[in-house]
Amino acid sequence: MIEISHLVKKFGALLAVNDISFSVAPGEVLGFLGPNGAGKSTTMKIVTGFLKPSAGRVTIFGCDIEQDTIAAQRQMGYLPEGAPCYEEMTPRSFLNFVAAARHLKGAYANERFQQVVDTMSLQAVLDQRIETLSKGFKRRVGLAQAIIHDPKILILDEPTDGLDPNQKHQVREMIRGLAKDKIVIISTHILEEVTAVCSRAMIIAEGKVVADCRPDELEQRSKYHGALTLDFDESVTAGDFLGAFAGLAQVALVESITENNQLTLFPRYKDQSILLDVSHMVRDRQLPVVSINQEKGKLDEVFRAVTQELNS
Amino acid sequence: MNGITVIAGREMRSYFATPLAYVFILIFLVLSGVFTFYMGNLFEREQADLTPFFTFHPWLYLFLVPAISMRLWSEERKSGSIELLLTLPITVFQAVLGKFLAAWLFAGLALLLTFPVWLTVNYLGDPDNGVIFASYIGSWLMVGGFLAIGSCMSAVSKSQVVAFILTGVVCLLFVLAGFPLVLNVFRDWLPIIVVDTVASLSFLTHFGAIAKGVLGLQDLVFFFSVILVWLVATTVVVEMKQGQ
Repeated sequence: MIEISHLVKKFGALLAVNDISFSVAPGEVLGFLGPNGAGKSTTMKIVTGFLKPSAGRVTIFGCDIEQDTIAAQRQMGYLPEGAPCYEEMTPRSFLNFVAAARHLKGAYANERFQQVVDTMSLQAVLDQRIETLSKGFKRRVGLAQAIIHDPKILILDEPTDGLDPNQKHQVREMIRGLAKDKIVIISTHILEEVTAVCSRAMIIAEGKVVADCRPDELEQRSKYHGALTLDFDESVTAGDFLGAFAGLAQVALVESITENNQLTLFPRYKDQSILLDVSHMVRDRQLPVVSINQEKGKLDEVFRAVTQELNS
Repeated sequence: MNGITVIAGREMRSYFATPLAYVFILIFLVLSGVFTFYMGNLFEREQADLTPFFTFHPWLYLFLVPAISMRLWSEERKSGSIELLLTLPITVFQAVLGKFLAAWLFAGLALLLTFPVWLTVNYLGDPDNGVIFASYIGSWLMVGGFLAIGSCMSAVSKSQVVAFILTGVVCLLFVLAGFPLVLNVFRDWLPIIVVDTVASLSFLTHFGAIAKGVLGLQDLVFFFSVILVWLVATTVVVEMKQGQ
């Protein structure tokens, strides 16, 4: 259990974290979202005991991070932003160092070592200097050190930043594959990542929590939630059919996207699907529609709306 | 204890993972040879002792020690690995001490590798090996003092160049503290007790006393206190930066 209450962090005149409170229970995968400089990394740095808060309190399974730092840090694995390492070391010596610093010994240390090397597919580069490794491998070495002691809490600051799609997929699989009784906090500005791995999403902007809910609830806040996108055949112009759909009782608004030859139909009531009405109409009138997609909601649109609301 | 040895072990390995260690040892050996044989006239003196060898140590350390110590904390801060280090279940003081011990042992190794000079005087004459042993201990303690200062200066700045220069300047002050040049500045306007205190901080005075062959308690206490004070100062600086 991580409990954060009234956390404040000032850097000189800059208020980086402005009175944040929340708690995370085992089994939750919490995604921190927010623009750059919103306070995501700062919050993580305080939770892991790297920075001291200006005010407020953080406890890790009952251990106060300021009073009982070591006991709290034992329970956490942390991947700092940019995955810094000792570049002159090899992954083998680096992981052994972290294992020793985390009090892993003997057969258990070997077993854990082998396990993280397998999970992160590091076997091929174990004896190569970290500075010579590609960005993807460096990130995986960083992740490996974070999980080597099988921590109850995993804190990952932008774990997939700079990785190619395959590597991103691997990292997400790894996070999903963690035992269900762990706490994971990841920060990202890739919104699809939140829906892919998180059970809870939190948007932070200007040092404050501006949204805290399930990713699908976040999507529901989108004006696109439940909207239908219709692709029209190339032989016709989508805009010509705008009037026809606008006439439907359940449709509140129709937008034409000329460059894609698409129409977007917004439902009048968010909880009532318009799919049936629209598809009936397409069938009955034999309209040249190639495909119909129902939108779940656009996270980046919600993200922009929520974070910009604060500015205005 | 575990934390200290783990950190020290990692640091030690990292010295030898880069050319730094070899270059340092080579330069140290060449320079101490040059100082001893050319400037110290070891042969021409026709005395079987290592006085010329040890006399130059404080001056040699003045620019060689900052070269080891500058990276202790600056590099961690610059590369960001400090974030990793300080979120391991290790206290700041353990990390400070571990890093210092590795640097100190490394300097000790460089010092040990000067043994051919010792063999030379033993081959040529019949030196007082007790004095030589004490001088080696004294020299190593002095290196410890320099390194502890360097550790603190390295924690102050993210830039290794700044750390190098700051260390050089502060170490120079400690070396020169016993010189009339420095003492005369204070003598006119400070009470004598303060002047005496400044004089007693001189590395040269304490090293000189040990190099005469007497491992006096007060000189040992002096060097260990200097090391401890500067390591505590390093801890304070590192922790202060965490709060900023």
